[in-house]
Amino acid sequence: MHELSVAQNIIEIIRQSVPESKWNQVTAVRVEIGAVAGIVPDSLEFSFQAITTESVLSNAKLITEFIPFRVHCRTCNTETENEEGFAMCGKCGSTDIRIISGTELRIKEIELEETIETL
Amino acid sequence: MSIIKVERKVLEKNDALAARNREVFRQHGVFVVNIVSSPGSGKTNILERTLEHLKDSLRVTVIEGDVQTDLDAQRVAKFGVPVVQIITNGGCHLDANLIQNALESVNLSGFQLLIIENVGNLVCPANYDLGENMKIVVASTTEGDDKPLKYPGMFRNASALIINKIDLLPYVDCNLEELKSNALRINPALKVFETSCKTRQGIAEWCAWLKDRLADKK
Repeated sequence: MHELSVAQNIIEIIRQSVPESKWNQVTAVRVEIGAVAGIVPDSLEFSFQAITTESVLSNAKLITEFIPFRVHCRTCNTETENEEGFAMCGKCGSTDIRIISGTELRIKEIELEETIETL
Repeated sequence: MSIIKVERKVLEKNDALAARNREVFRQHGVFVVNIVSSPGSGKTNILERTLEHLKDSLRVTVIEGDVQTDLDAQRVAKFGVPVVQIITNGGCHLDANLIQNALESVNLSGFQLLIIENVGNLVCPANYDLGENMKIVVASTTEGDDKPLKYPGMFRNASALIINKIDLLPYVDCNLEELKSNALRINPALKVFETSCKTRQGIAEWCAWLKDRLADKK
């Protein structure tokens, strides 16, 4: 259960990426989570909500995007996907593979709702 | 609505601190091993047997990570090696920042091997690079043979798997071949050892392999 400390890292990156005057306009942060990243999306969303409530980021929602585990086989030159995280080609069974995706834990983008300033 | 492109790794801060730790270790010429496992698989026992085996031929220092107490540090200190205890106060893993802070109390000069015993947890420590040369995962026969499939992250990032409590195999529901093949499906490059801290089976082989890795690094 390290989702709470991961959520704290996300908040820190939001604060670094958005000018302080606009923190309350942040409506969403999109985070890519690989299938084998060791992160439970629901727990991360819950942790993020728990520590942003009643803060300047209370309008922000954490949106997770799932990235499947994919490997490239050097033996048969094919890309395959498996849910278990096996380091094995799904076509020929070779273990001479390279992991293409599925280990990500990355902040993709932050959405802001611009408030229209009236005179 | 406006969108700010970020494209940054969430744990980039930890990775940056780990890179700094790695540079400190490199400057001191010390090889660093991060031992991970679930609670109760015998990490501290493996560490004790390893120290017993290596302390006369290598200068070893230890960092102990635990949620509470310095009981493990007390056990390790009996072998006459310097040990620093990190108490995480509920934290489920060691991170690069905790190691950086601990290094203020660790004298690396003249030491060849630093062994870090992580918090007993088969999930969280996998995500946190400490700056080590390699991770070693310990799995005991009493945990059954399906742990690598249930907790693949820990096995994917490790260089070696120590299957501990091998002497209990006749008494527990654990298929040794199944355990090994499950681990190798996740990480075909894993070097596998079978150990018992009671009979000392496999300890010499593991220590010899570890010494070879230190020699490779030089």
